[in-house]
Amino acid sequence: MIVEVAQQITNEKVIPCRAELDETEEFPREILREIAKADLAGLYIAEEYGGYGGGVFDMVLAMEQFARGCVGVATSFAASALGAYPIILSGSREIKQKYLPPLASGDKLAAFALTEANAGSDASGIQTTAVLDGDEWVLNGTKQWITNGGEANFYSVIAITNPEKGARGASMFVIEDTDPGFSYGHKEKKLGIRASATRELIFKDCRIPRDRMIGRQGSGFITVMKTIDRSRPGIAVLGVGLAQGALDEAVKYAKQRIQFKKPIISFQAVQHLLADMAIETEAARALVYAVAAHIDAHPNNMSKASSMCKVFASDVAMRVTTNAVQVLGGYGYMRDYPVEKMMRDAKILQIYEGTNQIQRNVVGQELNKEYN
Amino acid sequence: MKIIVCLKQVPDAKNVRLDPKTNTMSREGVKSIMNPFDEHALEEAVRLAAEYGGSVTALSMGPPQAGEMLRGAVACGADAAVLVSDRAFAGADTWATTYTLARAVITLGGADLIICGKQAIDGDTAQVGPGLAGRLDLAYASCIKKVQEVKDGVIIAQRMMDDGYDELEIPLPALFTVVKEINEPRIASLKGKMKAKKVEIKVLDAAGIGADPKLLGLAGSPTKVDKVFAPEARGERTMLTGTVAGQVTQLVEKLEAVLNA
Ligand SMILES: Cc1cc2nc3c(=O)[nH]c(=O)nc-3n(C[C@H](O)[C@H](O)[C@H](O)COP(=O)(O)OP(=O)(O)OC[C@H]3O[C@@H](n4cnc5c(N)ncnc54)[C@H](O)[C@@H]3O)c2cc1C
Repeated sequence: MIVEVAQQITNEKVIPCRAELDETEEFPREILREIAKADLAGLYIAEEYGGYGGGVFDMVLAMEQFARGCVGVATSFAASALGAYPIILSGSREIKQKYLPPLASGDKLAAFALTEANAGSDASGIQTTAVLDGDEWVLNGTKQWITNGGEANFYSVIAITNPEKGARGASMFVIEDTDPGFSYGHKEKKLGIRASATRELIFKDCRIPRDRMIGRQGSGFITVMKTIDRSRPGIAVLGVGLAQGALDEAVKYAKQRIQFKKPIISFQAVQHLLADMAIETEAARALVYAVAAHIDAHPNNMSKASSMCKVFASDVAMRVTTNAVQVLGGYGYMRDYPVEKMMRDAKILQIYEGTNQIQRNVVGQELNKEYN
Repeated sequence: MKIIVCLKQVPDAKNVRLDPKTNTMSREGVKSIMNPFDEHALEEAVRLAAEYGGSVTALSMGPPQAGEMLRGAVACGADAAVLVSDRAFAGADTWATTYTLARAVITLGGADLIICGKQAIDGDTAQVGPGLAGRLDLAYASCIKKVQEVKDGVIIAQRMMDDGYDELEIPLPALFTVVKEINEPRIASLKGKMKAKKVEIKVLDAAGIGADPKLLGLAGSPTKVDKVFAPEARGERTMLTGTVAGQVTQLVEKLEAVLNA
């Protein structure tokens, strides 16, 4: 049922607009509203907070469809869930009650803010601080490249609360877009996923009530790790959906493009290219589904599986989209066909939510632990 | 406000083929869909019920498979669904169909408002809406493109015309048909689909609607189809060539020749 609904939204609302959204870099607010109207905004939120109560697997099914249409749109949807997960995983009852229902209904959007100029792969390098002053936390610092920045209504933000304590010295907070001392900076111009907004968040003596902390003081990085363990299959599945979209275009084209008096799909070189694209896409899908189901079974450790599927599916998406452009030849390189956008969109999947090098580090480190 | 919306299941026009021998539609392997105009009728019914209060019952005459389409209507916001289905209805033309639907509406206790699509994409007659209104003696308007307001038992609506629109006051109870411009049908939501999965579709047969068997189906249909054929392509085609100005001159000459012939 989830697939059917998401599929219809993708076919009727996403695909017809994707080229224009890419061109204008306009935020897909209308489409997100359609997703909410179809009850998919709260797919991953518990029923008691107005959601559908689904798990990672349900999210993966919906996002695969969205990504088949446009990874920019799918990223905007995914980023809101990424902003909500810290609240779901570590937030108090009060915080959940306040922030989750409007997310579930689609009235509001969230975002997740970790990255800073000097803290990319090395998240421990964050310099944003939060200092308690009476009953308020005062935040100072700048987050960069925050998806849904400027569009979301609230942000899950990690800041240093005790510089002496290292990894245990950071905490997460909810920042609302109307909080005093909070503003938006530069909006990025990007290679792909241009419908999504990527923007700087600036905290200048930003004062928030004390109870906006998510979880315990000092638990910020634990919450971040738990969050991205669960969200990586979501990024992976964007790769699956994207690869499927590119494969669909490539096969359709190869059947109707005539060269040397034959449809090009009759040339074995083209057929094998398409076959490999299909095989890799299917393998990525199988892995992502398996990992999503694994995570929904609440295992003790999910980092390795989660990283594996993120690396594999995003690498597949990059190869498959590149080959789709190849199958379409010069036409593929032109903006009249959707595959050049797909190729541009694919690249981000190997970078955000931990680069693929970092994911391989995770897998390697886990192997090192396992074989003790 | 009690609203009934009439829905027809039709073959998906995208992949319909004609049997070259019989010249009838080959339905085999063709997906069935809700008549596209009816999707707009349903959307308007659901929208009006939400805005002015009331309930929406989706009504269809058709084979048992049409139940699936009715489930789709519930997924898109209808409160209840009724399928009028009986072998005796087979072969009905628009006359017998409106009789059957009218009996069903009466059996359901009537309605304040009935909404239909302008026409069905298979028969293309556009007769069932007005025919049903006639049978039930309801105020009627066709091709509504906008409902502005429902107030004091009157619907204020715009009827699409070739050269603009008429603004109408339609007293309730009424029946109107809609054009596609009236709204954009919603996508069935997850909750809607879950509700649709469980909903019980009420099925009424000929006896259930208290119908006179003589007036049903083929027996009750005065329409007799003598022959179905694809009209032959007429005349010869000539491609005009040369400069645009030259082609225009040639065209005018040819038209004059036809007119003067
Ligand atoms: C479009 C977009 C949207 C984003 N959205 C968000 C968001 O919503 N929220 C958020 O917090 N962040 C977001 N980010 C940030 C993103 O997560 C980071 O870009 C990413 O984690 C990598 O950090 P970096 O870009 O600083 O690269 P760097 O860490 O500087 O890495 C540069 C290169 O060095 C490699 N490298 C670094 N360290 C190692 C190592 N130890 N071993 C091997 N290789 C290494 C990397 O793999 C990479 O190839 C977004 C980024 C982009 C581009």
